[in-house]
Amino acid sequence: MREFAYERATDAGGAVAAVLADPDAVFLGAGTNLVDHLKLGIIAPGKLVDVSGLPLDQVTQLPDGGVRIGSAVRNADLAAHPAIRARYPMLSAALLAGASAQLRNLATTGGNLLQRTRCPYFQDSTVPCNKREPGSGCSAIGGFDRDHAILGASDRCIATHPSDMAVAMTGLDAVVRVLSAVGERQIPLVDFYRLPGDTPDRDTVLDHGDLITAVDLPALEWASTSTYRKVRDRASFAFALVSVAAAVDIADGVVRDARIAFGGVAAKPWRAFAAEAHLRGRAATEENFAAAADTELADARPRRQNGFKIPLARNVLVATLRELSEAR
Amino acid sequence: MNSSAIGSAPTRIEGPAKLRGVAPYAMEHPQPDPLYGFVIQSTIIRGRIREIDTSVAERMDGVITVLTHHNAPRLAVDDDNELFVLQNAEIAFRGQPIGAVVATSPEVACEAAAQVRVTYDEQPAEVTPGADFYNPEQVSGGFPADTAIGDVDAAMAIAPVTIDHTYTTAMVHNNPMEPHATVAHWSDGTLTLFDSTQGPHVVRAAIAPLFGLAPEQVRVIAPFVGGGFGSKGEPHANIVVTAMAAKLCDGRPVKLPLTRQQLFSLAGYRTPTSQRIRLGAHHDGTLTAIAHDAVAPTSTVKEFAEQTAVVTRVMYSSANRSTSHRFAALDVPVSSWMRAPGHCPGMYAAETAMDELAVALGMDPIALRVHNEPEVDPESGRPFSTRGLVECLRTGAERFGWAERDPAPRSRREGRWLIGSGVAAATYPADTSGGNSARVRYTGDRYEVAIDAMDIGTGTWTSLGQIAADALGVDPDRIELRIGDSDLPEGTVAGGSSGMASWGSAVVAAARAFRDRFGPEPADGAEITVEAPEYPGRENFSTHAFGAHFVEARVNVDTAEIRVPRVVSVFGAGRIINPRLARSQFVGAVTMGLSMALLEQSEFDPRLGAVVNHDLAGYHIPVNADIGDIDVSWIDENDPHLNPMGSKGIGEIGIVGSAAAVGNAIYHATGVRVRHVPVRLDDLLGAL
Repeated sequence: MREFAYERATDAGGAVAAVLADPDAVFLGAGTNLVDHLKLGIIAPGKLVDVSGLPLDQVTQLPDGGVRIGSAVRNADLAAHPAIRARYPMLSAALLAGASAQLRNLATTGGNLLQRTRCPYFQDSTVPCNKREPGSGCSAIGGFDRDHAILGASDRCIATHPSDMAVAMTGLDAVVRVLSAVGERQIPLVDFYRLPGDTPDRDTVLDHGDLITAVDLPALEWASTSTYRKVRDRASFAFALVSVAAAVDIADGVVRDARIAFGGVAAKPWRAFAAEAHLRGRAATEENFAAAADTELADARPRRQNGFKIPLARNVLVATLRELSEAR
Repeated sequence: MNSSAIGSAPTRIEGPAKLRGVAPYAMEHPQPDPLYGFVIQSTIIRGRIREIDTSVAERMDGVITVLTHHNAPRLAVDDDNELFVLQNAEIAFRGQPIGAVVATSPEVACEAAAQVRVTYDEQPAEVTPGADFYNPEQVSGGFPADTAIGDVDAAMAIAPVTIDHTYTTAMVHNNPMEPHATVAHWSDGTLTLFDSTQGPHVVRAAIAPLFGLAPEQVRVIAPFVGGGFGSKGEPHANIVVTAMAAKLCDGRPVKLPLTRQQLFSLAGYRTPTSQRIRLGAHHDGTLTAIAHDAVAPTSTVKEFAEQTAVVTRVMYSSANRSTSHRFAALDVPVSSWMRAPGHCPGMYAAETAMDELAVALGMDPIALRVHNEPEVDPESGRPFSTRGLVECLRTGAERFGWAERDPAPRSRREGRWLIGSGVAAATYPADTSGGNSARVRYTGDRYEVAIDAMDIGTGTWTSLGQIAADALGVDPDRIELRIGDSDLPEGTVAGGSSGMASWGSAVVAAARAFRDRFGPEPADGAEITVEAPEYPGRENFSTHAFGAHFVEARVNVDTAEIRVPRVVSVFGAGRIINPRLARSQFVGAVTMGLSMALLEQSEFDPRLGAVVNHDLAGYHIPVNADIGDIDVSWIDENDPHLNPMGSKGIGEIGIVGSAAAVGNAIYHATGVRVRHVPVRLDDLLGAL
């Protein structure tokens, strides 16, 4: 581990200024991912600006009926928050499906959004990786790719995004509030992450010095009928092979609306707009659920070992929609 | 021998010290002014180092020295290639140690290691088996590579029911909780090692000659070890590197732990195996042919010929039978012992095939096994000292509720889950190693009992004291046990499930000799050291522990997720010294079997010659949520032919056969026969 300077920020503006002043500086949240990367030599910043103690640790009601989640709110606290449990159960479930109790007690909302892929080649500084070292090549292509992307990948990178929380938030049309030197801006979460394309080293649209201050969840009354289903080999403490966050609004046996996002299938939480569109106005039947899944997965591309993710994603979505439709 | 202590279940006497964090593991032994080492590893598979540039690293603050093949001490003997490191520029596998940084802090050592620039002349490498396999002189454990009785081919040709399938097992890594770590300290030409090992005497015997020392000039100390599972049964290169590094550091102690990632190339592993099993039977289930042919890789650096097919030599009767082992020597890290080497992967294949035969015969799998129970060891012809397999099967069936099982696959479903059950047998040799000695000394109204035995988390501190107490006829609290130090009388390795039998035999012999010489009221300071004698008549018997596993598996019809909520395992493993500790061993080993069945797989990338999921985030072992009810028990067995305690080893048998029972339960749940482990949802998804 290279030596670095450490600075504890006391206000958000100061934190942004501190990072902007030093091209070699990065924000430090709880550090559950970043510190691993320091130890593994994946990154070697010259300065860490600790934002975990900023007064951004509140969950507040918004006048329009939505909820604002401060970026320093811990995952465990967010999962247990009464408003989240009652109104956005799929977010609470997604948080609880992530990591371990110890990590959830520490990890923050902002840090969770910005965690990086667990692709093993990304995490091994002795092998090529375009995300870690642009232009060096992608070791996952042609290698161990069982965990890798089936949607939105490029020939430069096939890594997946590891967050569960972000999958649920993506399904909920969350908006990320970002502070920079020129003020605060809002970025819909569906536009927040980048697909790899030719520049897989950039995970998000954020620039150096951009600080996440909060995530806003719009009001969505029928999100109270929602859930998160995560499939993995191990029953706990493992990243998703495939996960689904889904909310449905069903009346008289017809799907009025749906929100669906997949995890474990792409470099970003994969909002299933095509599946949602297919479901809208159709009967809540197993056949329609399957057709919606097939529509979404039509462009899925298997690699050497991860072809199973296509039928798995289909089955998980169908099972999740079935469960939600039966729960009503 | 009377047994008031043996059979009782005291808690671990070192438990409070471990809970309080004051029981020192290798890295925790306090040292004055210690230095820290970090191993540098090759990033090519095969070739030569052209240049190794240490200049940047050496200029870093806190770096004391950078060890390479240019300045490393010359080793005196080269009979073990795995240990003969830093002597030349040759690279034989990716991850091979090519140097080490010694610095004043572990962080600086690690960072400096990353600043060492190495260029290579690469040579073509072979890391996956091709068509060339060789026939070893013998396999691990000293067994012949091949055996044959009768004519398997002829019997298969006329058998009305046959099974002929190939089963494969994944490459897996031991991954003890405590990584391999050594503290080395030179003083007046002698070497002291605090090491995470399963056998201080084993380490001493290997390390002393490398440095041109007599065994007495090396002391290896290991009072507490955080697991080994065989990977610490023999010394690996990290110990040599640590001793070399310390030798260059003017008498300052050097602490060198391996990282979790480094364990995947430097601490041994279980190779993948491919095993063809052929079974021929009459319609009534009588086996007429058994053949078990195992193929596995080994390293060009050092042969490790895992005895995978040896289990089949003792399990079932059949007039025609054969076993064989073939190996491919590859440019890969050195493989080594992992819990129940040979028996664990071998029994997976053998007991899956038996289940397939039961299905083909339309016969209950327990009845099939009982029907083919041999009267004597089917290959050696010797009687079994004790053989509890049938009783274990019947007791387990009762505890599990086997009688209620509908044998038809896919016959039980609850909601979205298919539910099945499976059975498999277990066996493991009941061995005792020669060469163990123990010392008994009476002082201050207490008996100091000393032997270089090891507690690698197994409970030896407690259970060996129980044996000593009974042998001396005193309460356990009057025993002062001393173990885990090569300066003590010789104890053999904590491996092969032979530790307690071997050390216990020496302790009993020493206690008896002590009483014979000094009587019931010895003078203060009375002392005797005795080597364990051969146990009379033992050689006339085939000596093994047996067991049976029963598993309930659930498979989700939507996702093919596999869960195992319930296991019943019953063992015939001789007299149980401490039921509490024995249960812990059995449950741990069964858990490791479930892990092998469903999770563990070292993802070896042949382009790199390396395992890429080389940490515990990527290499999955079970968490609590994966483990349901594991009900372990044992039959009442006291083997009179093995040792004075009547005991058999219990550390390994729990993993043997348990993976087969899981696979057999998955077959029963789903109707899908998977012939490899781990079984994962991708294997079942399309077939549900």
